[in-house]
Amino acid sequence: MSRRVLGPFNRVEGDLELSLDTDDGVVSAARVNSPLYRGFEQILEGKVPADALVIVPRICGICSVSQSVAAATALADAMGVTPPPNGARATNLMLATENLADHLTHFYLFFMPDFARDAYAGAPWFASAEARFKAIRGAAAADVLPARAQFMHLLGTLAGKWPHTLSVQPGGSARAVSATERVRMVSLIRHFRAWLERHLFGDALEAISGIGSEAALWEWFDAKGPERGDFARFLGIARNLRLDRLGRCEGGERYLSHGNYVFEGERLFARGVWDGVSASLLDFAHEDVTEDVSHAWMAGEGACHPLSGFTQPDIARESGYSWCKAPRWRGEVVQCGALSRQVVDAHPLARDLVAAGGGNVFSRVVGRLLEIARVVPEMERWALAIEPGERFCTEAGVPDSAQGVGLIEAARGALGHWVVIRKGRIQRYQIIAPTTWNFSPRDERGTPGALEQALVGTPACESDEMPLAVQHVVRSFDPCMVCTVH
Amino acid sequence: MNVLWLQSGGCGGCTMSLLCAESPDVLATLEGGGVSLLWHPSLSEASGREAVAILESCIAGTTPLDVLCVEGALLRGPHGSGRFHVLAGTGQAMIDWVRALAARARHTVAVGTCAAFGGVTAAAYNPTDACGLQYDGNAAGGLLGAGYRSASGLPVINVAGCPTHPGWVLETLLALALDGIAAADLDALGRPRFYADQLVHHGCSRNEFYEFKASAEKASDLGCMMEHMGCKGTQAHADCNVRPWNGAGSCTSGGYPCISCTEPGFEEPGHPFFETPKVGGIPIGLPTDMPKAWFVALAALSKSATPKRVRTNATADHPVVTPVIRKTGLK
Repeated sequence: MSRRVLGPFNRVEGDLELSLDTDDGVVSAARVNSPLYRGFEQILEGKVPADALVIVPRICGICSVSQSVAAATALADAMGVTPPPNGARATNLMLATENLADHLTHFYLFFMPDFARDAYAGAPWFASAEARFKAIRGAAAADVLPARAQFMHLLGTLAGKWPHTLSVQPGGSARAVSATERVRMVSLIRHFRAWLERHLFGDALEAISGIGSEAALWEWFDAKGPERGDFARFLGIARNLRLDRLGRCEGGERYLSHGNYVFEGERLFARGVWDGVSASLLDFAHEDVTEDVSHAWMAGEGACHPLSGFTQPDIARESGYSWCKAPRWRGEVVQCGALSRQVVDAHPLARDLVAAGGGNVFSRVVGRLLEIARVVPEMERWALAIEPGERFCTEAGVPDSAQGVGLIEAARGALGHWVVIRKGRIQRYQIIAPTTWNFSPRDERGTPGALEQALVGTPACESDEMPLAVQHVVRSFDPCMVCTVH
Repeated sequence: MNVLWLQSGGCGGCTMSLLCAESPDVLATLEGGGVSLLWHPSLSEASGREAVAILESCIAGTTPLDVLCVEGALLRGPHGSGRFHVLAGTGQAMIDWVRALAARARHTVAVGTCAAFGGVTAAAYNPTDACGLQYDGNAAGGLLGAGYRSASGLPVINVAGCPTHPGWVLETLLALALDGIAAADLDALGRPRFYADQLVHHGCSRNEFYEFKASAEKASDLGCMMEHMGCKGTQAHADCNVRPWNGAGSCTSGGYPCISCTEPGFEEPGHPFFETPKVGGIPIGLPTDMPKAWFVALAALSKSATPKRVRTNATADHPVVTPVIRKTGLK
């Protein structure tokens, strides 16, 4: 057995270090370390509750709106306020814009460039991958950056700017949309759809979201081959490299989704935990969540529910190897992300992929692109439904003593904020981010987190300092380390 | 011109904002300006030891380091060890990497308020002992010390903002690549004057409400946010309302107050962000270059002259009273 420490990982948002044990050229154990700590939960204590709306988006520049929506939802819960329909539509549009832009950034800038590395020079698809996806120089970056920037004009209108908006409020949105702005937003969404259908999918979004099984996916691919678009290019590479056999988390066949895009009490995407072993959907209640600090550089003992948990760094803790705590659901490891959302929401392709090979490098990427295809038409409907002249925000006060929970879905998965308010101030604020679930360290029972398990069995020959397969597995989760350690 | 970009104790938001650059996009702008990225954590291919080798080559002087860009605060804790942020795979604190690289850089650029002054990472009691490259909040010093000068002779160039506008960063880099930046091009806090010599108030879409002191009272109101909502647009240095964000926006047009995010110490204003501190009913944070007595007198006058349209619309979320149509021909 040999051990090596890998880092820095780039094209990951934030900082990540891996410690890998290898035997006979495969990973036998992995430890995931987030080597950055910033202390947001400590910073929030003692502030007036509304100040959380300024501070929490700054946890993360890649999913700042998600942090805003989680905070606003937790405060709305504490205040007992519900946004009016326009406020909910505007919030959903902001959240969806950020989530889809994240998926796009991940696919084009963070994930695909690895297939244009020299190590793949002999592969039949290499020339095409290199021309299209090479880091910085590939043609795809020149296509996607302007498309992404223009799509983000939705946030210029709805959020004032991105990242770090304050438009998202517990009572809805501080930015009312006029009739002409509504028309412009619909036009922007349709323009983005056209770009996706031309470059990413080479087909109508409805054709992609209508693919109902893995067999149907391959039929779709075989009909026109990899030159149809970037999704098809990925499928060709994935089939050649058998990415469906890479990065499965055997001990974490549980897929969490908080559910997302709430409108009048209904969620567009369902909430729950899909148990991959029994193939059944289980109810998710936040009361079943705990965080454990046994292997984190954190003070404390045992596992706490976030409403009673605290965050106190302790660099001297000998069993610690990460700034990340270990969240567990009913004591078990779960994974989250776009694939989990689609599985929990019963999309037939996602369910079929998970039944066949679980969450793996291939199915996670497909889950993300499937979500793009499903959400853009919804965005168009939300924008069309906006009623200019009707309210966007409901005013309400913060009680002196209250607690609130905000459970939403960021691009990378389940994001939860828990706030306790006493004497008009934040007494306690705890956050569990998607990558905290996925990149958790071991818990007090010694059970490794989802990525730690997913890396076991990954090819990692001794001569290769940074094995590519390891990089594919890590990036398939689209990690956001700055959120993880907040 | 070689640019090395590191991320320390920040949120990555300045990089994400940079990716929103338009006409042309960020990569095309850099290439057109003769700027090449030696390494950028989000954009480059190199990982692990390959990436560390690039940093080592700069420190050794083998690769010329024209510009060191640092995004995120420098975390000195716990107890001065820098262990709150270790550069992955190296066992070395990021503050040590930054010190070594800054000693070699022709120019050192702080991207964002965290890297410039400490930013939100240094809020409350500053649990990680965060600071900026050359400032610790308002105080000169920071990680590199008040006397630090890069090889060009300039102090750290502070492209402050939370996040930075992509134009501020790109125009700074292009200026360095094309003509250089002189000490006179930076303001007293080391910020490029091309955006810092303006106020957020300039070009604010709520200007008519400001003129008449017709004030917003709650989130989503259209009125001026200075009197009740904590807006600091009349004091904050930046061209946010002249240079659109994401094609169409700014904080104040987005329906929320300017929190003065380009200023040192913005993270701890000493009052709730959404409330204007007042003494005797008069906001204490009046426009910086206006005598208080004059402001109070003019405000009283303009309030008494506020048209019904402006007064009514100030507390609505869309214009409910429209401008009167009047024949404008000469009579």
